[in-house]
Amino acid sequence: MMAMNPLRRISLRLAGALAAGLLLPLRAFAAWNKEAFQSRTAADALKGLGVAASSDSKDIVIEAPQIAENGQVVPVEVTSQLPNTKSIAVVIEKNPFPLAAKFEFGDGALPYIKVNVKMGESSFVRVVAEAGGRFYTASKEVKVTIGGCGG
Amino acid sequence: MADPMKIRATMKGDLADVRVLMVHPMETGQRKDASGNVVPLHFIQQLSVRVNGRLMIEGQISQAVARNPVFSFRLKGVKAGDSLEIAWLDNRGERSQSVASIA
Repeated sequence: MMAMNPLRRISLRLAGALAAGLLLPLRAFAAWNKEAFQSRTAADALKGLGVAASSDSKDIVIEAPQIAENGQVVPVEVTSQLPNTKSIAVVIEKNPFPLAAKFEFGDGALPYIKVNVKMGESSFVRVVAEAGGRFYTASKEVKVTIGGCGG
Repeated sequence: MADPMKIRATMKGDLADVRVLMVHPMETGQRKDASGNVVPLHFIQQLSVRVNGRLMIEGQISQAVARNPVFSFRLKGVKAGDSLEIAWLDNRGERSQSVASIA
């Protein structure tokens, strides 16, 4: 029997690695917004996001439990029905660092996000959406029975 | 290399429902271990979602996202068989990238 061609063996291994997603081009990311994420208050976090003024909107739908028994995992689901929504930010007002997440949506992505967050105590969860160059906001109160930050 | 993600992407009508689980401790820097030492801050900061190489969603998150983060997204203008690529980078420079086919 003929020995396996070493080149073929290498290319097979390469194909396997490619299939496993190990050889993807390394993706670059925009710089993490340190100023906003390291803010200690919701107001400072919004300032860090460049939100100078915002108006309340019923077109931002927040689904989150009214009472979260475990603050370690609180599901928050946000849908924006505002046309041309470009981004959605989730701010947990009473967390030590209130800004939890910000998502930017390109063409083809619906302005929708579901994420599990940690909540230290009962708090309003505020969502800020950017649409058509303006900021809109909505909030929902979540009561937390057992906090999820320290432990 | 971090643990691979679990990605599920299925067409529902003309939308793709995407759900991804990332294996990560998401340490807040406030938790203490069994011997009372503070576990250092360690969390995913950035993530991205691409379809056929095209950037669709970019996210930035804090340590307030729960351990082993699960995210759901919705995409339009995509079809079964399209290649979905998700990547993340954490505050220590560790990263992970995974690809799945939209089903």
